[in-house]
Amino acid sequence: MVKPFHKFKQGGNYILLDINNGGVHAVDGQIYHALDRDDFAASPEYAELIDAGIFDSEDDYAEYADMNVNAPLKAMCLHVSHDCNLKCGYCFAESIIEHTVMSPETAKKAIDFLIRGSAGREHLEADFFGGEPLLAWETVTQTVEYAKAQGAKHGKKFRFTITTNGLLLDDEKTAYINEEMSNVVLSLDGRREVNDRLRKCKNGKGSYDIILPKFRELVDSRKKTGFTDYFIRGTFTGYNLDFADDVLAIANEGFRYISIEPVTVSTELPFAIKKEHIPRIKSEYDRLSDIMSDNNGGWSFFHFCADLEHGPCILKRLRGCGAGNEYIAVTPDGNIFPCHRYAGIDEWKMGNINIEASPVNKTIKEYFSKTHIYAKEKCRECWARFYCGGGCNAEFFIFEGDANKPSEVFCELMKKRTECAIALAVRKALG
Amino acid sequence: MKTTEKTTRIKTICGSSLRDSVS
Repeated sequence: MVKPFHKFKQGGNYILLDINNGGVHAVDGQIYHALDRDDFAASPEYAELIDAGIFDSEDDYAEYADMNVNAPLKAMCLHVSHDCNLKCGYCFAESIIEHTVMSPETAKKAIDFLIRGSAGREHLEADFFGGEPLLAWETVTQTVEYAKAQGAKHGKKFRFTITTNGLLLDDEKTAYINEEMSNVVLSLDGRREVNDRLRKCKNGKGSYDIILPKFRELVDSRKKTGFTDYFIRGTFTGYNLDFADDVLAIANEGFRYISIEPVTVSTELPFAIKKEHIPRIKSEYDRLSDIMSDNNGGWSFFHFCADLEHGPCILKRLRGCGAGNEYIAVTPDGNIFPCHRYAGIDEWKMGNINIEASPVNKTIKEYFSKTHIYAKEKCRECWARFYCGGGCNAEFFIFEGDANKPSEVFCELMKKRTECAIALAVRKALG
Repeated sequence: MKTTEKTTRIKTICGSSLRDSVS
């Protein structure tokens, strides 16, 4: 019998997840340990759970997997710059840095392409990305104004986001971002010495002291506008496996919304995350979870925010993201790729928005639309499948050569973060 | 979040968010 549950102990609680219906329960030690037995289904403790209405669902969601195949476009990542004013040691975009920026004309064609491909969808999203998008500021502002005008004409509502290293932020750009961008992602790795070890300026000096005051100004002034969402987004590497201290360092600088992600680079690099790091990183997530449970500072860690009562809809839970299907990336020369991580990989080029007759490669679109949890052998019986959605296709392609083959590091860390998120919600609920 | 005590040994933190819905 395939176990319909996942159980773990954290924060002093015995936690039981009913995989197929999303139920989360705190049980006593006797029930918890009875479920370890090979014949757990014959135990009185299991019968008690059944009587309580737990485990009343099968995994019968596969019918929803095909409802989002060849979906209309919803979101676009605009690589407005393939140039950067930092030289970060781990940057995955380094291989596509060509010192080019997207022209406003190409960006406007991309917006037209998104509107045309969105069919009946009303809500569309454009993300300004790079390289460093502030190096193409004229393109950013012209694109926002154009998208708003075209959106009004075609009955579409645009939501704009931007990711920046902050180096070029000034009063004018900060005000515009806070006025127009629903969310802004600000890149910072945590403690000064950690940030400056890999996030260096072109002159080899660290960037921390330049960008921190600019980020603080942006976030402080953002409170006065209609948009409040932002993320301080960092990367941890093999150099700082004590990254909970980096989350704390960011929180202590007064920032509320924090995300720090494991680096994804070749394992040949000295700061790569490797399989042997998994136990150490898991214990660090535990430490961060303990810090969070005592956290009265009003800050949050992205991966530990689980909405157990609502959460994403079933269509979203079956996929890690919409890349290549309802989400695409466009590079400065107008080439279309499944997402920003695939940008520049010629075999995954889906078309070009400058060529009127260039159709989107439907074979690629269909391929990505079918990379759901039922297509990935490793995901089908994984307890975390409805929280993870099958993970990041680009990461699996880069490390395993196949979008449908999740990597061990990704899976182990994803499952640990999910446990921490659930455990924190349980702790909060039980008081 | 409101918890429900199914029995003295089982406290439900959330019931069936996945069913209800039917990164």
